[in-house]
Amino acid sequence: MTLAVSILPEQQLAALNAAYRQAVTRKRLRLLLGIALFIAALVLSAIGAEVNLRTLFSYFGNFISYFDRILTLDSGQRVWTDLGEWLWGWRKWLKMLGETLLISYVGTLTGATFAFGLNFFAAENTSPAPWLRFVVRRLLEFARTVPGIVFALVFVIAFGLGPMAGVLAIAIHSTGALGKLFSEIVENADMKPVEGIRSTGASWLSCMRFAVVPQVTAGYASYALLRFEINVREASVMGFVGAGGIGQELVVAIRKFYYSDVSAILLTIIVTVFIIDITTGWLRSRLFGKEART
Amino acid sequence: MSKPQEVDTAQLRARYPDVFDRPASTRLATPAMIAAALALLVYGLVDLDFSPSRFVAGLSQLGWISLMMIPPDPGSSLPIYLKALGETLSIALLGTTLAALFALPVSLLAARNVVPSNIFRFPVRRFLDSIRGVDTLIWALVWINVVGLGPFAGVLAIAVSDFGAFGKLFSEAIEGADQKQVEGIRASGGSALHEIRFGLMPQVLPVIAGQVLYFIESNTRSATIIGIVGAGGIGLQLAEQIRVLEWQKVSFLILMILVAVAAIDFISGKLRFAIIGRRAVA
Repeated sequence: MTLAVSILPEQQLAALNAAYRQAVTRKRLRLLLGIALFIAALVLSAIGAEVNLRTLFSYFGNFISYFDRILTLDSGQRVWTDLGEWLWGWRKWLKMLGETLLISYVGTLTGATFAFGLNFFAAENTSPAPWLRFVVRRLLEFARTVPGIVFALVFVIAFGLGPMAGVLAIAIHSTGALGKLFSEIVENADMKPVEGIRSTGASWLSCMRFAVVPQVTAGYASYALLRFEINVREASVMGFVGAGGIGQELVVAIRKFYYSDVSAILLTIIVTVFIIDITTGWLRSRLFGKEART
Repeated sequence: MSKPQEVDTAQLRARYPDVFDRPASTRLATPAMIAAALALLVYGLVDLDFSPSRFVAGLSQLGWISLMMIPPDPGSSLPIYLKALGETLSIALLGTTLAALFALPVSLLAARNVVPSNIFRFPVRRFLDSIRGVDTLIWALVWINVVGLGPFAGVLAIAVSDFGAFGKLFSEAIEGADQKQVEGIRASGGSALHEIRFGLMPQVLPVIAGQVLYFIESNTRSATIIGIVGAGGIGLQLAEQIRVLEWQKVSFLILMILVAVAAIDFISGKLRFAIIGRRAVA
C-alpha cells in the first residue's frame, strides 16, 4: 500500500494527504456533532419522561418478581404443575378470543372494502380529479394517524360498550392504512391496459374494473392479510377501553392482581398471534409466491 | 383495411379448452371463496351484536359528538397539553433508543450468518416473537404494575415491545449483509468479534439507523395511546377528556397529535434520507 502511494512526489503527496485528513476530520466532526445532539435529546427526554435510573434499578427486581408472581398459582406452586388450575377459565377465554378474532376479521374486511372503494380516487394515475384525490388522501391520512384505540374510546361512548365499537374502530383504522397501501399498488400498475380500454370508449369505471383491478388484486389480498395479522394484536387490547374481546378479561386480571390468570390469558393471546402469523404467512406464500411478502 | 377475418369459433374452442370450458371447480372457486368470506362476515356481525337500530342511534350520537367538537379549544389547559406532548415525544425517543441498544446484540444471536446453529437460534427467535406478540398496551399495563403510573412505565413498555420488533428486523438486515467482507476479515486472521465489528457492522448500521428512525416515527403514534392505560403522555389527557365528555378539548388534543406526528414524519424522513440516501428507503 504505502509503496504504491509514495511514488508520488513529496509535495503532491502532502497536498493529497492534507485533503484526505481534512475530509476525514470533517466527517468525524459531523458524526460527533450528530451524536452530541442525539445525547442531548436523550437527556432532555429522560427529564421529560421522569426517568430515574435509581428507580429503574430498584424496580428491576420487581419486574422479575412480577413474572415470578404471574407464573405462580394461589397454592404457591408453579403454574405448569397444575394445568387444570392454571387454565381454569379456558372455556370463557377461548370464547373471548374467538370474539377478538371475529372483531379483527369483520373490522379488516370492512376496512379493506372501504379502502378498495376509495383507493382509486387517492392514486395519482387513476384519480378522476385532483381535488377529489386531495380530499380522499387527507381523509385516509386522518383515519390512519388517529390511533385505533382513540376511535374505540369515542365509539364506546357513541355506540355503547361492546365489540361493535371495537369493530368500527378497527375498520376505520384499516381503511386509512390499507387505502394508502392500495393506492401505492395502483400507482405502480401498468397504465397501458387502461389506455387500451379507454380507447374503446369505456367509462372510468370500466377502465378500473377491467384494466386496473386484475393487476392489483394479488397485492391487495396480500396487504389485507398482513393487516388482519396486525388487527388481531390490536383487537386483543380493544377490551381495555370496553370495546370487546379478550382484552377485557386481561385488564380485569391485571388490575385485580389475579396473577396466574394474567399469565394464562397472555399465553392464549401469544399462541393465537403465533398461529395467525404462521397461517397468514403460509397463505400469503401459497397464494402469491415468496416475493409478495413485504 | 379489409373486413375483420371471420373467426372459426368452433376451432378456437377446440384449441383452447382451458379458456372456453373451464371445469366447474375453477369457475366456482372464486365465488365460493367470496361466499364463504361473506358468510363469516354475516356470522360475525350477528355474533358481535350488530343491530341496524343500534348502528343508526350510534351514528346520530356520533354526529352530535362531532358537532360538539367544533371548534377545537384547549380551554385553559394548553400548558398541560404541551407538557404532555413533550412527555409523549420523550417516551417515544427514549423507548426506541433503549430498544435498539438492547436489540442489537440479541439480533446478532438470531442471525443465520452469525450463529449458524439452528439449536441456539431457535429459542432466541421464539423469544423475540413472543415479546412481539404482546401488544404495547399490555406491556404498559405490566410495567405500571412494576414501576407505578407515569411516563417511565411508558418508556419501558415501548422499549420492551420494540425490542422484539427490532430484534427481528435487525437480524434480517444482518442476514442480508454481504458475506464477502466477513470472509476477507476471517482470511486475514480476524476473530469472530472482528468479523462482526469490521465486516458486518459497517454494512448494517445504515439500514439499522433507518429502521430506528422509522420506529421513532411510528412510536410517536404508539406513545400517544399508552397514556390511555395510565403510562403517561398525551393519551392520558385524551382519555380523561373523553371520559368527562369535554369534546372541544378532545378535538384539540387529536389535532395536536396529528400535527406532532406529521412533524416527526417530516423530520425523520429528512434524517433517513440523509443517512441512507433516497433510493434505499423507497
